[in-house]
Amino acid sequence: MYDVVIVGAGVVGCAIAREVSRYKLKTIVVEKENDVCCGTSKANSAIIHAGFDAKPDTLKGKLNAKANLMYDELAKDLDFPFKRNGSLVLCFKEEDKPALQELKERGEANGVPDMQILSGDEVRKMEPQLTDEVVAALYAPTGGIVCPFNLTIALAENAHMNGVEFAFNEEVKEIVKGEGFFIVKTGNKEYETQLVVNAAGVYSDVINNKVSEEKFTIIPRRGEYNLFDRYIGDMVTCTLFQLPTKLGKGILVSPTVHGNLIVGPNAVDQEDKDNIDTTKEGLEDIMAKALLSVRTIPLGNVITSFTGLRARTDKDDFILGEVKDVPGFINAASIESPGLTCAPLIGKYIAESIKEILEAEINPYFNPKRKGIVCFSEQDEDTKRALIKENPLYGQIVCRCESVTQAQIVDAITRPLGAKDTDGIKRRTRAGMGRCQGGFCLVRNMELLEQELGVHFTEVTKFGKASSFVVGIDKEDL
Amino acid sequence: MQREITCIGCPMGCNLIVQIENGEVVNVSGNSCKIGIDHAKKECTNPTRIVTTTFPVLNGIYPRVAVKTAEAIPKYKIEECMKALKDVAVTAPISRGDILFRNIVQTGINIVATQSVAKK
Amino acid sequence: MEAYDLIIIGGGPAGLGAALEAKRQGITNLLVIDREPRLGGILMQCIHNGFGLHTFKEELTGPEYAERFIEEVVKEKIPYWLNTMVLDITEDKKVYALNAEKGLVELQAKAIILAMGCRERPRGALMIPGARCSGILTAGAAQKLVNMKGYMPGRKVVVLGSGDIGLIMARRMTLEGAKVEAVVELLPYSSGLKRNIVQCLEDYGIPLKLSHTVIKIHGKDRLQGVTIAQVDDKRQPIMDTQRYIPCDTLLLSVGLLPENELSRKAGVELSSITWGPIVGPHLETNIPGIFACGNVLHVHDLVDNVTLESYEAAKHAAEFIKGEQVKGEAVLVTATEGVRYTVPQFVENEPKAPITMRFRVDNVYRNKYLAVYFDEERIVHKKKRILTPGEMEELTFSTELFKKHPKLTSITFKVERS
Repeated sequence: MYDVVIVGAGVVGCAIAREVSRYKLKTIVVEKENDVCCGTSKANSAIIHAGFDAKPDTLKGKLNAKANLMYDELAKDLDFPFKRNGSLVLCFKEEDKPALQELKERGEANGVPDMQILSGDEVRKMEPQLTDEVVAALYAPTGGIVCPFNLTIALAENAHMNGVEFAFNEEVKEIVKGEGFFIVKTGNKEYETQLVVNAAGVYSDVINNKVSEEKFTIIPRRGEYNLFDRYIGDMVTCTLFQLPTKLGKGILVSPTVHGNLIVGPNAVDQEDKDNIDTTKEGLEDIMAKALLSVRTIPLGNVITSFTGLRARTDKDDFILGEVKDVPGFINAASIESPGLTCAPLIGKYIAESIKEILEAEINPYFNPKRKGIVCFSEQDEDTKRALIKENPLYGQIVCRCESVTQAQIVDAITRPLGAKDTDGIKRRTRAGMGRCQGGFCLVRNMELLEQELGVHFTEVTKFGKASSFVVGIDKEDL
Repeated sequence: MQREITCIGCPMGCNLIVQIENGEVVNVSGNSCKIGIDHAKKECTNPTRIVTTTFPVLNGIYPRVAVKTAEAIPKYKIEECMKALKDVAVTAPISRGDILFRNIVQTGINIVATQSVAKK
Repeated sequence: MEAYDLIIIGGGPAGLGAALEAKRQGITNLLVIDREPRLGGILMQCIHNGFGLHTFKEELTGPEYAERFIEEVVKEKIPYWLNTMVLDITEDKKVYALNAEKGLVELQAKAIILAMGCRERPRGALMIPGARCSGILTAGAAQKLVNMKGYMPGRKVVVLGSGDIGLIMARRMTLEGAKVEAVVELLPYSSGLKRNIVQCLEDYGIPLKLSHTVIKIHGKDRLQGVTIAQVDDKRQPIMDTQRYIPCDTLLLSVGLLPENELSRKAGVELSSITWGPIVGPHLETNIPGIFACGNVLHVHDLVDNVTLESYEAAKHAAEFIKGEQVKGEAVLVTATEGVRYTVPQFVENEPKAPITMRFRVDNVYRNKYLAVYFDEERIVHKKKRILTPGEMEELTFSTELFKKHPKLTSITFKVERS
């Protein structure tokens, strides 16, 4: 019998799992994919929002600015890349300036510190690449950027260290309500539990609607992005938003925490919960809009394009907490932007209500710290030498674009909750995420998975399931 | 009989129209130079190709060794050649030029290693 | 800190050729560094034949071509480090390298030859819309899987781009039992060699769809198919020509880019056309003593040309090391009206030795003239039945020619109607 079953190993599920692990509770996270961070958490803007966007009377408004301020300590404790690069909301028309002011006031009401409205010239001094059309901007120094993969992975690993179990490739098919308990049924297994937490992202409506009469519908909202080579990553330092107008919400241009440049997203509602195809129109649209903010973006430097789905409902706010008609069933649903930012605080919030429901005791062995995979290329020379001395595989580069060593990849595969596929390696170490997109290191990564996991080469996949790379050996079909 | 082939003599890639009677090339048109005529004659009477592939290597420092037909084999025998090599495996050490398979599909031509693979 | 006269970065055909020529020029204190576990570079996975017709007057496979050089390097006792990644090079020619055995090492060179080769353009640069499933890989990655490991990346294949590696892989996959449905090329012509189009595609009845592109990728876990369409003269898809092709593999052969990450770090100036360093007649970059050759300088059509260029670079590097480098006044070379680029990008007055200019045109030209002007005077006017972007052209200018033009200020390459 479990105390808690968390459905979904995205950033929200993992944040909840970590917070729940502060208590003496038997918890398992059940995930339908092969790894953590496979849905909305893996494909978004990777922004830690300052918190001026949401209305103060919404959950988003209440949580955002507070959650933002948790990140310094969290990044230190959990060892994931995070940077406060500041964000700018760009205003392009004189007549829109009042709206900028309004945004500032909203931010202040939400508790966002140190905001400033800057003139066009002032902001161009900060960001010389801005277009002349920018007439003013709202500057929020607390805005930040994060590696969403390593944030999620760090939360999961820390939860796991503190006793939370994880089950992958298990899609929840059915939830049976008993007297004071639930049976969560996946294809292969059944989990008896006191509480169920629904953190199923774009599928959170499906999970909720299986048990509750208070039904809701997730309308996945697609957002497409282009990611650019590091060559132009330093083009801007702040995250550049566009002031929402009647014409739309605008798109962002931002450095990523790893030094790339990201442009996107558009916003198109769709029914399909799995369709993360990119479209020609979408990618053209974001590039056209990006040129409102910055003078040029060399298209030849795109290294990859992707689509993310925001798990939103027409309520336009998070759905958090125990469902009225089903005691013991807790939603962490409808988590759209600023969901990544709020995840740690959502985790706290949900964990506290779990603690109260179950009257849980504190876990005295809880360790809030987790050590990540050493990013060899970012170490100073002495550390590098020491690392190689300890493990010569730190001297063996596998991914040349991102300078990832074999030791890092082996660590990624062999650590608890480690990578089981090449996407898992990529998200943990960045091997294959650079400008050649794995052209050189893919085969080597496959070999390392084969070697470390003891699987056959033909069983190595990109992201589990049927995403294999090779179908057999040569001449066998002749 | 008439056949159309592309000349590979140079980047021009002339579209050659070849008249064949009793297995002999009697006329070539569409060519821009003499290379076209020679190419047409060869291609329409006895087209041949060098075939390259790899064999699995047992006990070698590499899992595969690259190989080729020591000479060009008749084009129509390429598929048969590949099928005949289906279950061939070789053991290291292998030196470049070593004969790894003799008289492939009765052509009298051997399959040779095109690289060396030392023992593990 | 270990000191070398010459450090060559890259042990593929360019690096090997440069090492051997440097040795012939009397440079004995040299080192070749390569990141792979064996010398030979990408040639080791190019198991097809067709290499070396110019250099060895016979048709070799990639490994055979490479091994001939490797054996020479071993015979000449030229030191080389494998599994070693050069992390950084500096303007004053320090080389920071990393390997498992030695750890981090700092080396000092008098001269450096960049010979890192090139890499394939990935899918991202094309922004092909659709799924991000497995089954999409560069032709080079597929070549590695098939030729080095004996594994098949798929059974039904579409190749996007008709670069030579794509054509070669279409044949390799077919020979090993896969069905190649089509090779799809955006341009109205192939950038591959004619011989490869005939012997890799026509021989096996594989259709080459010129002026076509992949407009959508379908699949969830594994690729299920692609939609292709014809494109108009602005390279935009014509929607009513779209056609779905079921396939489990999409191979990309959409261009090669010189791998100049290190060059950038050293402050080497790069060309926005070749993506390689801008060099003068000594194949020397803007940084004195740093030379470049092979695909890192500009993408070549034939390995034989890489070898020749590597010899030139080594000769010039040797002169530099021995203090024998003589520099004249720079003469800018302009590529225009049909000529896309030249390497070198500038020459010098009164050269000591003939200068070979390598260049490519920007389109297919039939029955046009290749013209070279020394200032206003046309000194080359050569009728060409065909000029194509896929084939590198080459012209050599004698020292006498330069003597005849002592006040030369500019050279212009162009394609002319008559």
